[in-house]
Amino acid sequence: MNSHTYDYLDGNAAAGELTEIFATDITAAVGQCAHCGATRRFAEAHLYMQAPGFVARCSVCQHVLLRLVNAGQRVFLDLRGLTCLILDTSRLVESGR
Amino acid sequence: MWRVGTVVALHDETATARTITLEVSDWPGHVAGQHVDVRLTASDGYSAVRSYSIASAPNSERRVELTVERLPDGEVSPYLTQEIAVSDRLELRGPIGGWFVWRAQQTEPIQLVAGGSGIVPLMAMIRSRALAGSSSTAPFRLLYSVREPQAVFYREELRALSDHDRSVNLTYAYTRVAPKDWPRPPSRIDAALIANTTWPSNLVPTCYVCGPTSFVESVTGFLSASGNSSEKIRTERFGPTGDRK
Repeated sequence: MNSHTYDYLDGNAAAGELTEIFATDITAAVGQCAHCGATRRFAEAHLYMQAPGFVARCSVCQHVLLRLVNAGQRVFLDLRGLTCLILDTSRLVESGR
Repeated sequence: MWRVGTVVALHDETATARTITLEVSDWPGHVAGQHVDVRLTASDGYSAVRSYSIASAPNSERRVELTVERLPDGEVSPYLTQEIAVSDRLELRGPIGGWFVWRAQQTEPIQLVAGGSGIVPLMAMIRSRALAGSSSTAPFRLLYSVREPQAVFYREELRALSDHDRSVNLTYAYTRVAPKDWPRPPSRIDAALIANTTWPSNLVPTCYVCGPTSFVESVTGFLSASGNSSEKIRTERFGPTGDRK
């Protein structure tokens, strides 16, 4: 096993950046992968942070769920790989808002 | 949204790890297992953001404890573990994350597995469980993999919680140096240790695994092989680069 096998973190690690964009914590939300149809918590996605931004991939099929690049005054958000997000809005107080 | 915390106490856990207690006047409260992002900004405007787990249980005092392990090539952790002083201010974002958390309403058995400084968010859960006292019946087990005895965080508190309070059942797995007469020679966590020291999967425990990515990979593999479903295994990885946790 080489070091490149394990170069990702969990979707949890994106939570801070994502709170700048979304009003609720989407890492605890359930998302569906547009490629394989798997439904998992966003926190369970594989998160690659080596890029200038980050890429979240499906933990089942490895296809891209979300890409985010923060370029100064603009944020580029690509959600092509998520067909649906199911949010639990009953715990908004815990997202620090 | 960035908040400002003021350092009110510093405590060395090991030769390379320090607990920083912050008072955050607008802290909204947190849940055990959550983390914060810390932002350091240099005088030329360059800034670096790293994530650190919260070590303290939720409390009403607007205090947050972070335990930070110093990484030799880190941009942020050397400052946090060596230079920061009481009354310094730090920029924080959080609390963050709603998945890798334990709430006192959970009643099922809890299996915690820590690799090195991965103990930090799990300690918040143990402290939260201890504070809940008799109002929580959730039985906790911790399997704590650590390089050597000197690298253990929170040793005395863990001993007290396991011996007297019985909030948590504790197993250490030493990977390089074990104490004298320790029954298991120094080695990584393996399938047998998982099978012998973690909750049987038929009790349907919720498992929380935190550590370096390769550690989390191998432990989740052993937990799955022992019959735990992937839906019951929550993970938090941190990478070899960056100062995460």
